[in-house]
Amino acid sequence: MMTIRRFEEEAARNYAKGKIGGFLHLYIGQEAIAVAAAEALEDRDYIFQTYRDHGIALARGMSPEAAMAELFGKDTGCSRGLGGSMHYFDVERGFLGGWAIVGGHLALAAGTAFKSKYAGEDRVTICFFGDGSTNIGGFHEALSLAGLWKLPVVFVCENNQYAMGTPLERTSPLKDLSVKAQGYGMAGDRCEGHDVEVVQERLAEAVERARNGGGPTFVEILTYRFRGHSMSDPAKYRTRTELEQRKQQDPLGVVRERLMGIGVDENTLDDIDLEVDAEIEEAVRFADESEPAREDVMMSSVLSPEADS
Amino acid sequence: MRELRYREALREAMLEEMRRDGNVFLMGEEVGHYQGAYKVSEGLLDEFGERRVIDTPIAEAGFAGVGIGAAMVGLRPIIEFMTWNFSFVAFDQIISNAAKVYQMSAGAIQVPIVFRGPNGAAKQVASQHSHSCAPFYTSIPGLHVIQPSTPRDAKGLLKSAIRSNNPVVFLEGETLYGVMGDVPDEGVEELIPIGQSRLARPGTDCTIVTWGRPYYTVLAAAERLAAEGIECEVIDPRTLRPLDTALMVQSVKKTNRCVVVHEHWPYGGPGAEIVDRLQREAFDYLDAPLERVTGLDVPMPYALNLEDKVLPTEERVIDAVKRVSYAK
Repeated sequence: MMTIRRFEEEAARNYAKGKIGGFLHLYIGQEAIAVAAAEALEDRDYIFQTYRDHGIALARGMSPEAAMAELFGKDTGCSRGLGGSMHYFDVERGFLGGWAIVGGHLALAAGTAFKSKYAGEDRVTICFFGDGSTNIGGFHEALSLAGLWKLPVVFVCENNQYAMGTPLERTSPLKDLSVKAQGYGMAGDRCEGHDVEVVQERLAEAVERARNGGGPTFVEILTYRFRGHSMSDPAKYRTRTELEQRKQQDPLGVVRERLMGIGVDENTLDDIDLEVDAEIEEAVRFADESEPAREDVMMSSVLSPEADS
Repeated sequence: MRELRYREALREAMLEEMRRDGNVFLMGEEVGHYQGAYKVSEGLLDEFGERRVIDTPIAEAGFAGVGIGAAMVGLRPIIEFMTWNFSFVAFDQIISNAAKVYQMSAGAIQVPIVFRGPNGAAKQVASQHSHSCAPFYTSIPGLHVIQPSTPRDAKGLLKSAIRSNNPVVFLEGETLYGVMGDVPDEGVEELIPIGQSRLARPGTDCTIVTWGRPYYTVLAAAERLAAEGIECEVIDPRTLRPLDTALMVQSVKKTNRCVVVHEHWPYGGPGAEIVDRLQREAFDYLDAPLERVTGLDVPMPYALNLEDKVLPTEERVIDAVKRVSYAK
């Protein structure tokens, strides 16, 4: 969680310096969810995320170097500089992408789950999206099919309260989004997102249901992003008081307090912080010094080579 | 050779490829128990069962996306759109996902998927059901776009499409499903390469490039022109992306004139792309401006007399050939 936090803070700094271009959506405040999910899954499982994808990629084990280099548009990035912040990929770790059309990747997750069922493979798919996604058609069709075919997929709504700048009460007639699960004949669940252990427990339950043939689950996790929607968003649509209040439930603070409560001393935790700082510093150096993205890679990745048949 | 209907040729292609590769499956509306809205998939459910011939709810974006996701992890889906008109609600899946994953992942994820179904006007099904969709999809890097005119090409190209490692938009024709034509005998496997034009009729006086439904309009017009002493050479690109212009250029060097005939609207699309390429690749050989005979630039009307005016006719083809030939 600390790695994600520091990575995102450093990304923001480098964005301000002009080292990173395009859109940059930070995961600060939501870290517990990605870490809990990575813990709840097996290595063979599949993961889909939106454009706010740095957290889950790092939680899954992508190196901060590859992640930072991608933001810097370098050949050593996880998508060789072709994807950028919104399109991280790490196929070896089952991370099948950051996707940047709201609601567009949910059906893909149903598709990889379809493969698991078709081929009799023990692989669960987990698919993250925001509260904003729950109003678009892609959400409806993906959950419809997943429910109909009892696919081994967990749909996780990271409800951070805002669809870009519009609060939930102005985008949905529902206060509790998890009731939508009923409409698709699947299990629904809902929990707070600032306590990594709680989230992990609840996601593990949904993942096990999928793994054991119990079909999909729709899980709503209540969370909050401490930064704007993207770097260009000053987040004027919410009050300082609200933000400060939510920061009282910083997922990192929750963990720190709990660890100290069970006797881990503060110096050990500070040492971990320093280690992470050094790791992220190294990632920035690596990204900075890496070779730029390559034109030949761009040209050769439009179409896949055909097999000789 | 034996004669088969276009529809049967397509069915054989799917049947053979599904027998050959267990990763190939067919998914779409009414493809199974109903035996296909246009009977292209008739009998496939009986042989392969519900696991591999999958009826879906009416949810094109959903099942197109499921197909893409399945393809990303190794299956080879055939996604049937009842008609290509309904692909518009799945447009984002095809454009933003199928055509982009390979590049966004820097070549780590292939998407071997075929989207297929009838394209273009049928008969009096009016504006929302008569779209000729090639222009939308041919403009997208990352896709192959195939539009076969004959049963033989339909079979051989669909087989190649299913074996392709890339997303393929496969445009059939409702009015072509009943067309009979030669197809290699059973047991003779023919894979027609993606991206290869075909000489459909040799001639010396004017080149006509055409595909899909107007292919047959053009062949009939060519016979009428031959009776008047104008021998047309007809070339069918078969694949619209990637586009093979070599045969067209070679032909234009001989005939020094060319008419492009297509069903889609005149604004852009493969028709305009062919004209653009030929004027550059064969500029010194042209004795007349390139002409196009296209679907008229209007939404398709319902009334038959008007629909007949909108679609390319033999008369319009003959007029265009005469214009570029400076003949009366």
